[in-house]
Amino acid sequence: MTTSGGPQAIAGGPPPVPPVPRRRSRTARRATAIAVASTVLVLGGLTWIVVHAPNWPEVQQDFLNGPIFWSSLPGLIAAFWLNVKLFLIAEALILPLGLLIAVLRGLPGPVFTPVRGLATAYVDIFRAVPGLVVIYVLGFGVPGLGIPGVPNEPFFWAVVALTLIYSAYVSEVYRAGIESVHPSQDAAARSLGLSRTQSMRHVILPQAVRRVIPPLLNDFIGLQKDTVLVSFIGVVEIFRTAQIKQAATFNFTPIIGVALVFIVVTIPLARFTDRLVARDKARSSAGVAR
Amino acid sequence: MTTEALRIEGLRKSFGSLEVLRGIDLVVAEHEVVCLIGASGSGKSTLLRCVNLLEPIDAGRIFVQGDEISAEGVHLDRVRRRIGIVFQAYNLFPHMSVLDNVTLAPRKALRVPSAQAAAEATELLARFGLVDKRDEVPDRLSGGQQQRVAIVRALAMKPDLLLLDEVTSALDPELVAEVLNVIRELAASGMTMVIATHEMGFARDIADRICFLDEGRIIEEGPPRQVLTDPTQPRTRQFLQRIIEAGRL
Repeated sequence: MTTSGGPQAIAGGPPPVPPVPRRRSRTARRATAIAVASTVLVLGGLTWIVVHAPNWPEVQQDFLNGPIFWSSLPGLIAAFWLNVKLFLIAEALILPLGLLIAVLRGLPGPVFTPVRGLATAYVDIFRAVPGLVVIYVLGFGVPGLGIPGVPNEPFFWAVVALTLIYSAYVSEVYRAGIESVHPSQDAAARSLGLSRTQSMRHVILPQAVRRVIPPLLNDFIGLQKDTVLVSFIGVVEIFRTAQIKQAATFNFTPIIGVALVFIVVTIPLARFTDRLVARDKARSSAGVAR
Repeated sequence: MTTEALRIEGLRKSFGSLEVLRGIDLVVAEHEVVCLIGASGSGKSTLLRCVNLLEPIDAGRIFVQGDEISAEGVHLDRVRRRIGIVFQAYNLFPHMSVLDNVTLAPRKALRVPSAQAAAEATELLARFGLVDKRDEVPDRLSGGQQQRVAIVRALAMKPDLLLLDEVTSALDPELVAEVLNVIRELAASGMTMVIATHEMGFARDIADRICFLDEGRIIEEGPPRQVLTDPTQPRTRQFLQRIIEAGRL
């Protein structure tokens, strides 16, 4: 970018301080060279150690088997659609439920003490109990009650469990966002005669939600990965499919396949989140400079 | 007979063990402009916030046009719609355009139809030279422009009474005049105002009456000429002496 942009910028319009970009690009190039060299050295070293380990041939055969990888990959990808459905449906439920809980926790006054208490207890419990336990209890326990009309498909309870677990975390993210909006904003809204609800809805929440989009995306990435936990209550999603394949072939390569599928999906989202954070940072520091 | 816009009787307010207002009595007639002066911490801002019911009061009564607003069970939102307040730090809503800042409360609190609210807001913005900023977000405006928008936002509710809390204190010196001119115009148009200010020259020009606050009490009040040039209280004299030494009068 600097090499192609530099000369052009100098050619057109007034001279934009020529020496600075050149020096910067030279330091940048040197930094890149150092980064590449050290990366190659570290990764190469680690690879050398692994490859020269006493049992490397066996491990390679058990975990990185080319034919088994290629033969299991289509099945894994097909099963992954169930994970996608899980996290999309769950996320669509988590975002409003988390927001509702965050708002309930912030209700003022003694009248709302029980509501606040319940919301707080909910968040405490679902953050304390391991996700897998929640999934087990809901997936096996609730259908086991045999209440008529209560669904017993594992997929249904998988969505419910993930929604309950992640809503607790997401409500805390929203709450941090709400508390980050300066009280003077609420004072301004209330002084104009807006009700508490109107101030929350039109003034506080729009600012709060905008600020917490990056941490929300972070939790969304966590949710995507945690969809494999529901394999334990009999949902045949990607991890369960890999386990079946593993049992059939006596080979762990399908599990590595699962890792690769998640990497391919998650890393772009992580980079996207980073970009949002960087953009917000640039915007807020511009605001400070003004 | 002139009617009373605001009557305050025996108003007291404490924050923890700190008593900020120690019995304030004040009557403001309709169309009157009253300036509150006094050192920082003398209670000017707290007094205004109490009148707007942003701070619950500990004792005393407040009436707006004869209605007691400090009574139990008063509808806070309905009272606040009648009383505009403008803050030192503007407190505009940063996620909305200037137009939305101005129309939000009329649309939501008064249920004015959007088109009508926008038309009225545009008219107000035009009156104060801000119509070309209608669609900007507040961050892109200068401090003076932001404070003028904040005044317009308060006016859009057509308040009976406007409270101004050191509205020029956060501004660069060259931006103070444009905001003070807006307030002058409002005074000329008959708006009842209570203004907390450090701008003594402005207070002298605009006020019908100046009240000097000291440690939570109004210890001297009267026409600007009298309070500012011939104060009877030693505390007032001391305060004005410091102001003159600082070159602010």
